[in-house]
Amino acid sequence: MTTLNSRVPEGPIKDKWTLYKDKINLVNPANKRNIDIIVIGTGLAGGSAAATLAELGYNVKAFAYQDSPRRAHSIAAQGGINASKNYMGDGDSNYRLFYDTVKGGDYRSREANVYRLAEVSGNIIDQCVAQGVPFARDYGGLLDNRSFGGVLVSRTFYAKGQTGQQLLLGAYAAMNRQIARGKIEMFNRHEMLDIVKIDGKARGIIARDLISGKIERHAAHAVVIATGGYGNVYFLSTNAMGSNATAAWKIHKKGAYFANPCFTQIHPTCIPRSGDYQSKLTLMSESLRNDGRIWVPAKIEDAKAIQQGKLKPTEIAEEDRDYYLERRYPAFGNLVPRDVASRAAKERCDAGFGVNATGEAVYLDFATAIHRYGREQAKIHGISNPSEEKIIELGEGIIEAKYGNLFQMYEKIIDENPYKTPMMIYPATHYTMGGVWVDYNLMTTVPGLYCIGEANFSDHGANRLGASALMQGLADGYFVLPYTIGDYLADEIRTGKISTDSPEFEEVEKEVKDRLEFFINNKGTHSVDYFHKKLGLVMWNKVGMARNEKHLKEAIQEIQEIRDDFWKNVKVPGSLNEFNQELEKAGRVADFLELGELFAKDALEREESCGGHFREEHVTEDGEAKRDDKNYAYVAAWEYTGKPSEAILHKEQLEFKDIELKTRSYK
Amino acid sequence: MDLTLKIWRQKGPQEKGQMVEYKVTDISEHMSFLEMMDVLNESLVAKNEEPIAFDHDCREGICGMCSLYINGEAHGPDRGITTCQLHMRMFKNGDTIYIEPWRAKAFPVIKDLVVDRMAFERIQQAGGFISVNTSGNTQDANAIPISKHNADLSMDAAACIGCGACVASCKNSSAMLFVSAKVSQFALLPQGKIEAADRVRNMVAQMDLEGFGNCTNTGACEVECPKSISLENIARMNREYLKASII
Repeated sequence: MTTLNSRVPEGPIKDKWTLYKDKINLVNPANKRNIDIIVIGTGLAGGSAAATLAELGYNVKAFAYQDSPRRAHSIAAQGGINASKNYMGDGDSNYRLFYDTVKGGDYRSREANVYRLAEVSGNIIDQCVAQGVPFARDYGGLLDNRSFGGVLVSRTFYAKGQTGQQLLLGAYAAMNRQIARGKIEMFNRHEMLDIVKIDGKARGIIARDLISGKIERHAAHAVVIATGGYGNVYFLSTNAMGSNATAAWKIHKKGAYFANPCFTQIHPTCIPRSGDYQSKLTLMSESLRNDGRIWVPAKIEDAKAIQQGKLKPTEIAEEDRDYYLERRYPAFGNLVPRDVASRAAKERCDAGFGVNATGEAVYLDFATAIHRYGREQAKIHGISNPSEEKIIELGEGIIEAKYGNLFQMYEKIIDENPYKTPMMIYPATHYTMGGVWVDYNLMTTVPGLYCIGEANFSDHGANRLGASALMQGLADGYFVLPYTIGDYLADEIRTGKISTDSPEFEEVEKEVKDRLEFFINNKGTHSVDYFHKKLGLVMWNKVGMARNEKHLKEAIQEIQEIRDDFWKNVKVPGSLNEFNQELEKAGRVADFLELGELFAKDALEREESCGGHFREEHVTEDGEAKRDDKNYAYVAAWEYTGKPSEAILHKEQLEFKDIELKTRSYK
Repeated sequence: MDLTLKIWRQKGPQEKGQMVEYKVTDISEHMSFLEMMDVLNESLVAKNEEPIAFDHDCREGICGMCSLYINGEAHGPDRGITTCQLHMRMFKNGDTIYIEPWRAKAFPVIKDLVVDRMAFERIQQAGGFISVNTSGNTQDANAIPISKHNADLSMDAAACIGCGACVASCKNSSAMLFVSAKVSQFALLPQGKIEAADRVRNMVAQMDLEGFGNCTNTGACEVECPKSISLENIARMNREYLKASII
């Protein structure tokens, strides 16, 4: 086991980034024109990085598997983006955002990275407004903020329930400006299938044109991976259908360490699953917890009656409802962090209090908020003695203005009116805090290979706070990577154009082609989805919201069996040189079948409960997660050696100099 | 429920396509339309037939990838949604459903139900941005107050997901709703006003080059738009274009 060098600069935490930037190596404008950078993925991290690197003068090649950069799954982020602007004057600061993020992550993130994130957060908002992102404003014309889970201030900027969309369109517009200038060459409907290293450095990729099936070689002086998380290892998640871990996993197999795979976020407010045919789960924004109250029936007989369809939630009296988050966590109530809210929902449902036919749902109720807003509006409009109907009408108007699109989305899926009857929600896989290990420069353990956004592990520890993913993606892409990559590229100015006619490219291209040909020629018995669903079930049941040694050991065994079966019996119709969606899926699922095993191994090795990782063997007397700082205050970075089960563990010891390590309490 | 599906199959851009009939059985009304298509594709793979290619990704109505023309309507019979948000409860047992790709000269078919929407990309590249660099050294975000009214109108226009339903619904295959949404978003904001004239000229010129038809104000685009983008944006773009032409 070796110790990893995180390359965190010296100095007080508040000055580290500034001092570091002052001394970092730069590349002069004329030399930038001779340097090529490949960016894989065009979500918030990849899109903002591609645009900024091109603007600095580098030649950028950007790749997306969708038909446009604008369709990356960052677009689906609903609620908002955090920034420590303190526009509300409620006591926010860079330090407080830093503190909340480290605490929210259950003290498993790297202090220096998180402070830098907080430090640049304000710039992101300035930048986006200048790009024409239409954030919500108040009647005075200034920017509005709302509150998210795990914090005591309002620092979340938003654009209706479509914040991710608007931020991504901002980055996409910045990309378009560079595409028009010829500084970004955009490869839509292309998928990276492997990385090419020459003399130990990342020098290019092998990609497949998804329309023609043609295999292409692309060379560059540096490669940036920005392909998001691996939530689809569960098959069902809130990720897009195409979201995959192939780029991240392929670089892991070529030398990039993979960190903390067991830190995965199960989001508390998703629409519950309805049947076996289901292909994905839909998130209801956390912002709903600003106004919604979460409850289940207090009496088990009421819960049973609801499950059998004999009772309606609106028929249950106030005193017979258990607002369990308010009961257990009076200080934060319905706005506890996601991991805490998810586990509490599971606890109630496991105890038999679930509220739909499957017993896996809880209520999110807006009746109180509708009344509160209704009475307030009646006052504003000078209506004395308003009727009950009038209050509800006015209150529903406010709720509609705040969350209208989410309510409509819910109604289309469930076919119930959430203004009149409480929503049903249940936790679902949403985000992965773990990912490719990177140092302070966002470089992986392979020189010249960078990883940004959700795909890396760095900023969220064991649990991410709401509205922080957008912040990290844009911070990495706009404001961090463009500086730090220069430090590496300053030594590349004499390298010259990199040729793709080398044995290294030849060899990796052959590996890629062989694998694709295998899929087409295998003519097995089961479809790709058959294996993906099997893997997802094992992951959800044994490596899901609560984990234990027995289940994790079984999971490792079962995943190996599914993988063996997959390589014997997978069936991929069609041919290589055409648009072939089953072939695309086959490659992605093959990688998930390896990643899932490392995930379970990591969860088995981490003998503590922290954030999204909950080990049933490690709980406090009142059922809360019990962390073990003495033995596990480290990042587990895994080195690939040929089999996921034989990966070698490298530890990055986490140091907490500016925040005291404490038990995380939201009570 | 049991359904008869008549689906457009086309091997590649240069091949001739045709409608092919399929039967699906035991479809739950709670399924989404695309889950029904998944079930059909699984059965085709089981029979060693090639599954039907269709675009989809987020499956929650925001990425703009899905694009089916169902029973003669873009994104099917419901309103204010994309195909991935359409649920089978909109159909009845025994129904016959016709499923086609977007049909427009500027959107050539790639395979089956998948079309090429690169024309939209080129229009955006012609001017769908504000020329500000990404240094972060801009002024404070609250330095210029923007009236809530205009900020909200800008947001309504910016809600466009670029799916192309407007083009598919229009008898002239016009892209006016799509282009006007982007032009409007920026024209309504002080940050976007500086380049407004060039933007509208360049984007309209590119739109014409791509082979989209003219607007004859039938309003079909607004009806079928999954994000309810208003025709007022087209009126606003026409004003902007006129203004830009006079300068």
